[in-house]
Amino acid sequence: MNGHASSWAIETHLLTRVYNGTIHALRGVTLRVAPGTIFALLGPNGAGKSTTVRILTTLSRATSGTATVAGFDVERQPDRVRRAIGCVAQRSGIDRQATGRENLALQGAIHGVRGRELSERVDALLHRFGLAGAADRMVRTWSGGMERRLAIAMALIHRPQVLFLDEPTTGLDPEIRAEMWSEIRRLSREEGLTILLTTHYMEEADQLAERLAILDRGRIVAEGTPEGLKGELRGDTIQLRLATVPDGAIGKALDRVPGLREIAVDGTTVRARANDAPSAVPAVLNALDAAGAPVASVTISRPSLEDVYLRHAGRVFGASGIEQHGAAS
Amino acid sequence: MSAATLDHTWYMSQRHLRALVRQPAYIGITIVQPIVWLLLFGSLFRKVVEIPGFGAGSYIEFLTPGVIVMSALFSNGWSGMTIIEDIDAGIMDRFLVTPVSRVAIMNGLLVQQAVVDVVQALVMVALAWTMGARFDGGAAGVGVTIGAAILLGLSFSSFSNALAPLMRTRESVIGVVQFVTLPATFLSGAVMDPNLAPGWIQAVARWNPVNWAVLAGREALGDDPDWSFIGIRLGALLILAIGCAVLSTLTFRAYQRSV
Repeated sequence: MNGHASSWAIETHLLTRVYNGTIHALRGVTLRVAPGTIFALLGPNGAGKSTTVRILTTLSRATSGTATVAGFDVERQPDRVRRAIGCVAQRSGIDRQATGRENLALQGAIHGVRGRELSERVDALLHRFGLAGAADRMVRTWSGGMERRLAIAMALIHRPQVLFLDEPTTGLDPEIRAEMWSEIRRLSREEGLTILLTTHYMEEADQLAERLAILDRGRIVAEGTPEGLKGELRGDTIQLRLATVPDGAIGKALDRVPGLREIAVDGTTVRARANDAPSAVPAVLNALDAAGAPVASVTISRPSLEDVYLRHAGRVFGASGIEQHGAAS
Repeated sequence: MSAATLDHTWYMSQRHLRALVRQPAYIGITIVQPIVWLLLFGSLFRKVVEIPGFGAGSYIEFLTPGVIVMSALFSNGWSGMTIIEDIDAGIMDRFLVTPVSRVAIMNGLLVQQAVVDVVQALVMVALAWTMGARFDGGAAGVGVTIGAAILLGLSFSSFSNALAPLMRTRESVIGVVQFVTLPATFLSGAVMDPNLAPGWIQAVARWNPVNWAVLAGREALGDDPDWSFIGIRLGALLILAIGCAVLSTLTFRAYQRSV
């Protein structure tokens, strides 16, 4: 690892962060992100995603461990890091009492872009993000989607090498979310930007990221490509919906079904894995029937990142108090 | 202060001044409020000049520097609200992930306040003039009064800015600021000659920066001002303003470390 710091766009080594001496937000996060790639930090709220981003963007300081961004140490060279990064936070930080153009111009000016170069860059970004028509209106009159695009434009004004997107699509309508996804892909493809995004949407990490890390309670529990992580799981997922909330006995009943693993019961939802799911289903149904838990529906699916999360974090993703996107789509 | 800090101060000030100009209601209140003070106190206490031993002949002439300083105190106390709003809206974080000078973030707020102080003071001087006040100190006297009001205002802005990142809620900052402003005003010579007040008030007033600003302005507006009397008070206000500004950058740093 030593001597190769600059070959990674982002590199962290055993980052920890303790708040108030007792709350361990990060418990030793080690990450490497290759230049020009999209990397997702996936995890439920409170997993430590935002804390990681805050440390990497110099807003917070790690309690221990090291991190470099674009080859610069976040602790010792914060100003160099700040020049090299763009950041779109969950709260956009847009001045809503100013126009879009004014927001962009101020952001550029404090990054040292001046004069004609600044006005040309502002115009180009306004056009590129489809904001030229509204540019001279107060941002408070804009739609949420437009504000999100402006936030990205502002993060790009000084041509950063690394872009941080903290929960870029939380709270957006499905169409705008899809739009945002293609925008993120375009940024990576056309600008060669390294993008680190955090998300609690499995589907988002699956769709966008070349590599991802699953963060759970301040630790990275799995890291790899979406395909690789899913490929590590053998077999299929069986998901059952029960007609009533079961008692504890069904766990034991399911344990006895041959070939069934990683059984998780959450309310009326039962998930389990099997190498040959279609043949296992009849035995599962029989076992549940015998345990007095009638089944309302059964689905069999290829492994998803939710299964990866379940496998590594030891609990159902949706059970950790986060909304699950895409349940309907 | 480096060239970058001055540059960034200009950009930050621009942002605040632009926001100010776009709020006609705020501008209206900013201008009307000191007029109300001047008219209200002017008629309420008009007769006090007749009290034997009161150190002035015209109450409006006596009152004008007092109300100028008092208005600066009142409006500057709100400065920290902008910090809280910017923190809550994520604007502060957006600035902090850029190489923008941290000092310039504070300076921008101070410049905005100073501009408001100047506008308010000029409005009041003009009003006092139409009410018959004549200042022997002339333009220099008006300049010193505004300068003293700005220095006191900057101290109080910085005090409010220092509280904001520590307390993080509007209510608590406003609470502390209000707790300070009224006693500080009335334990000074702003509207009344403290020589006529009980001894303890005179003792407190001696150490009250509001009183330094009022006395410096009043002295400069009179005929044959004592410049060393003025200089000492302006100097003390300058030191206070710098001290408060340093305090605000310290609490701001403490806030950054805590998040």
